[in-house]
Amino acid sequence: MIRTPLRPLARILEARASGENPDAIERENLRIRHEQMRDKSRTRAEGRLLILSVMFFCAFGVIGTRMGVLASTEPSEPRATAAGSIIQAQRADITDRHGRILAMNFETHALYAQPLQMVDKKRVAAELAAIFPDLKQEKLLKDFTGKRKFLWIKKKLSPEQKQMVHNIGDPGLLFGPREMRLYPNGKLAAHVLGGASFGREGVHAAEVIGVAGVEKYFDDELRDPARRGAPLALSLDLTVQAAVERVLYGGMKLMNAKGAASVLMDVNTGEIISIVSLPDFDPNARPSPLIEGDASDSPLFNRAVQGVYELGSAYKIFTAAQAMDLNLVNHQTMIDTGKALRVGGFNIGEFKKRNYGVLSVADIIVKSSNRGTGRLALQIGAKRQKEFMKLMGFMDYTPLEIIEAKGGKPLYPERWTDLSAVTISYGHGISNSPLHLAAGYAALANGGTYIKPTIVKRTGAPQGTRVVREDTARYARQMLRKVVTEGTASFGEVQGYAVGGKTGTADKPKPRGGYYKDKVIATFASLFPAHNPKYVLVVTLDEPSETSGKKPRRTAGWTAVPVAAEMIGRVAPLLGLRPEIEPGELAGITLTSN
Amino acid sequence: MRSLLYIVTALAVIGLAFWAYQENYQTQAEIAKTEQINREIGQARARLTVLRAEWAYLNRPDRLRDLADVNFDRLGLSSLRPDQFGKVDQVAFPRPPESELVMTNPVDVSSMTGGETVTRGDGVFP
Repeated sequence: MIRTPLRPLARILEARASGENPDAIERENLRIRHEQMRDKSRTRAEGRLLILSVMFFCAFGVIGTRMGVLASTEPSEPRATAAGSIIQAQRADITDRHGRILAMNFETHALYAQPLQMVDKKRVAAELAAIFPDLKQEKLLKDFTGKRKFLWIKKKLSPEQKQMVHNIGDPGLLFGPREMRLYPNGKLAAHVLGGASFGREGVHAAEVIGVAGVEKYFDDELRDPARRGAPLALSLDLTVQAAVERVLYGGMKLMNAKGAASVLMDVNTGEIISIVSLPDFDPNARPSPLIEGDASDSPLFNRAVQGVYELGSAYKIFTAAQAMDLNLVNHQTMIDTGKALRVGGFNIGEFKKRNYGVLSVADIIVKSSNRGTGRLALQIGAKRQKEFMKLMGFMDYTPLEIIEAKGGKPLYPERWTDLSAVTISYGHGISNSPLHLAAGYAALANGGTYIKPTIVKRTGAPQGTRVVREDTARYARQMLRKVVTEGTASFGEVQGYAVGGKTGTADKPKPRGGYYKDKVIATFASLFPAHNPKYVLVVTLDEPSETSGKKPRRTAGWTAVPVAAEMIGRVAPLLGLRPEIEPGELAGITLTSN
Repeated sequence: MRSLLYIVTALAVIGLAFWAYQENYQTQAEIAKTEQINREIGQARARLTVLRAEWAYLNRPDRLRDLADVNFDRLGLSSLRPDQFGKVDQVAFPRPPESELVMTNPVDVSSMTGGETVTRGDGVFP
């Protein structure tokens, strides 16, 4: 770049010659140069500002467009990270304790129609009616020709039905994928599993929600995607459950009972190995609840958990156990049951007005003396009895993890008088479910700790609350064993399993007060093997009558006990219990004394 | 020197652009492949579910019991009863194997068959 000199010689000489100040020339030139520099840097700055603004504009433009795009398009998951997670986002399976499937999901299709796209509505209606006998042709045609733009036709289709509908070939018939809940074992453990149905429904998917049983209790957990499809293992044993259901069904028919329930419980872990209520239902096609009449007549009613009954003399052992635990008596203490017992203006009598005379505490249980336990209850006192019953879980609903368990709220007197104490001592005036009874017996069977029953598989034995001393529980077990060897439950003997138990026969209360003369609830609560109990079994028959004799027999000893014995014979080998010779403990009950 | 730097930078930009382009397409191809595999996994799972359902359905206790009843003649299956348990000492020991004949007077046949084995009382020799 050629710079203009500040003092060009020619002009300087000229100025000198004419006597002007040559410095003025330099100042003038310097001014011009400064103006040029100023103009140049100004254009440069303007250019930079322009570029900068263009860049800012572009950047804001890009961000704005991106935001607009994001806001206006359908959200979609990032492609790369979506892998795998969708596939398992379905309801978890339910299995038994050995991993055999009790409930699982099955892919199927729902059928819906868009009448606007339908070509030949008449033919479609006719063919659909031919495929599905429960659909009426006229009604379908009315729906198709009406104002509706969309209607569901079938919620679940079998593959064959789907193919047949496909073969109709009408564009107005469309399929939506569905996941349905399948119970491959049919009626097995129906009351535990409950059932499932669809919640919110869309064309592409529908929610499967539990409606009863464990399905409802664990609904959120089963649907939790964080489970990643890990199955829920129940404590039930499929094989045992099937055998128990069969035996109980046979027993119910044989004893002409209207209903039956049984509970088989592991005494150390509190796990329910089998729980049955008959009549039952198929959870794949859950019947609708009764609208009128008694809810307990519905097959949906779970007698083992929801059905609270006065279970009768089976409670006597708790009275005896508490009296022994409080050191009021021991198993040999003699009690006069012959004397009339009058409490609160009522005479307490024995079964069939018998008179047993003076009995030891053990014999009170063996003979099932009402007056005997009544006297024990009076010694214990109403307050302590109530506390004990509370401790044994007889005053709250059972903590079983099925939604119906809350419906089995025990009934007991508001005011726990001496009369209540006496009647409750032999199982009248307090209503519990068979499951309550099983949990109570389990507490005696495992050495005196109450363990909450559970339907979910447990690892290891939980910590229970101690209700009676270990030696009390042992004496109670020996008494229960004696009931089978010498007392009312003689049909309960199963060779090799040393069954101990107590019968209970309670008159059914009328809905309007009072009791039926010829309707009973027969219960047998048992534990086996008595010298080292592993399991507790409670069998309850609703209105049984055994008709092999001249007169129909209704006592538990004739009805519930043989059924329970057959059940133990069938189930104990399946549980892996070897029959064994019982150690000579019956002698012990008379020899030991303190 | 400066122009060389410009050329090298330009070449580097072109090279990186080409590399990024290639990587992008490879990634897309991999994602597509993954999706395909995922679809296959999904289908396999669905198939597996059907098979498991079928297995559970075919093995339901009702059906097995009926089959055992129908085929009782051939299989003789019935419910497990307590009296079917036994003790180990109730099981007889297996019979000892028949003792081999003791050759007291062996005949040497090696000269006739040549190389065959020959039994000699207490052992086998080649």
